[in-house]
Amino acid sequence: MIEFTLWDIVRNLLLAARWTVLLSLAAFVGGALVGIAVLFFRISENKWSRRIASGYIALFQGTPLLMQLFLMFFGLPMLGLRIEPWTAAVLGLTFFASAYLAEIWRSGVDALPLGQWDAGASLGLHYLQELRLIILPQAFAITRAPTVGFLVQLIKSTALTSIIGFEELVRTSNAINNATFEPFKVYGLVALIFFVLCFPLTQYARRLEKQAAGH
Amino acid sequence: MAFGWLPGAVGDIAHGAATTILLIAVTTLAGTLLSILGAAGRRNGPALLRRAIGWYVEVMRNTPFLVQLFFIFFGLPSLGIRLDPILAAMLAMTLNMAAYTIEIVGAGLDAVPRGQTEAALALGLRPRQVFIKIVLPQALKIIYPALTSQIVIMMLESAVVSQIAVRELTYEADMLQARTFRSFETYFVVTLVYLLMSMALRRLLVAGGRRALGAGVS
Repeated sequence: MIEFTLWDIVRNLLLAARWTVLLSLAAFVGGALVGIAVLFFRISENKWSRRIASGYIALFQGTPLLMQLFLMFFGLPMLGLRIEPWTAAVLGLTFFASAYLAEIWRSGVDALPLGQWDAGASLGLHYLQELRLIILPQAFAITRAPTVGFLVQLIKSTALTSIIGFEELVRTSNAINNATFEPFKVYGLVALIFFVLCFPLTQYARRLEKQAAGH
Repeated sequence: MAFGWLPGAVGDIAHGAATTILLIAVTTLAGTLLSILGAAGRRNGPALLRRAIGWYVEVMRNTPFLVQLFFIFFGLPSLGIRLDPILAAMLAMTLNMAAYTIEIVGAGLDAVPRGQTEAALALGLRPRQVFIKIVLPQALKIIYPALTSQIVIMMLESAVVSQIAVRELTYEADMLQARTFRSFETYFVVTLVYLLMSMALRRLLVAGGRRALGAGVS
């Protein structure tokens, strides 16, 4: 058996935490891009576009993320794509995030007075300009608190990618635990690292929420 | 895509789904009860208890469920507490759900006008009766939709407890795909089962809520 000092464990966990952070960021950026596309469909004038987008959102919000990751991991190779855990993890979390972010932002668009659209139209803006210049900036601004809240959820969700074999914090901790037989210490430290990542964001979201309520 | 294995697998899938339903049923009851106690304690308990509940909520909400599950299942035995996988799963799910529902129930308690408590006290009810008979039913009615969403979310998260070998739906899927070598098809079918279960659970909760809490519950 290899001897692990506390510092060895902490150092290895911190090195693995880099991947957790990187995966969270990649999935958040990817999820935001796809989410905006889904949002376009969701608020479109066309009834079928709206239905398809609602179905997409309901599908991702009504099934376990773990299943979505498995379907990515086993499904993409069937399309002839060679896939590694990292790709499956990023894609799986991206689609997962896009559904939630689209729904959060849609609530922001719905909360805006219809007069904002009329005002945009009366200035001679066409649909995309209205969205880009008037509607979306305001919708993003009023949904900042839930967006940050979802980022916390996303960071925690990266833990599931350990199950499809992506070497992030939890998978590394499983390996360390198997070598040291100190689950209490190892998983306690993992929880602490996640807490340090998430707690400031939770507090930030709470502050945004208070600001929004104060207006 | 091939689904020839499906007829022979229906029994396993049904068995797994039944275990998932059992898990979420226990979690819903225990979690709701715990969160009522927690929310009440956070408002009316001694300062130390209030602070402890506050930290409990923060710690649970800012760490992944999977890590909490591993901590309970692998970590607690080193303190001499050894739990069956299914008991560990129920405990982890209940503790996790309570952290979210304590806040939800608390918001409901705050939303009941103070006049209700004052009126009940003026009628001579004891503080405990006021809480159980007057404030709590109104609070539950207000927060019922949020509670429903949280229960559905918890059911979807229960997929993770397959990792400590609880024989629920995801665990059965893992076993099936190892046997049939039809990984994608197996997870595809099981994902659909989850989707149906989450839709059915939501409907059931809404209908049940209407009966128990009266009209106006959505």
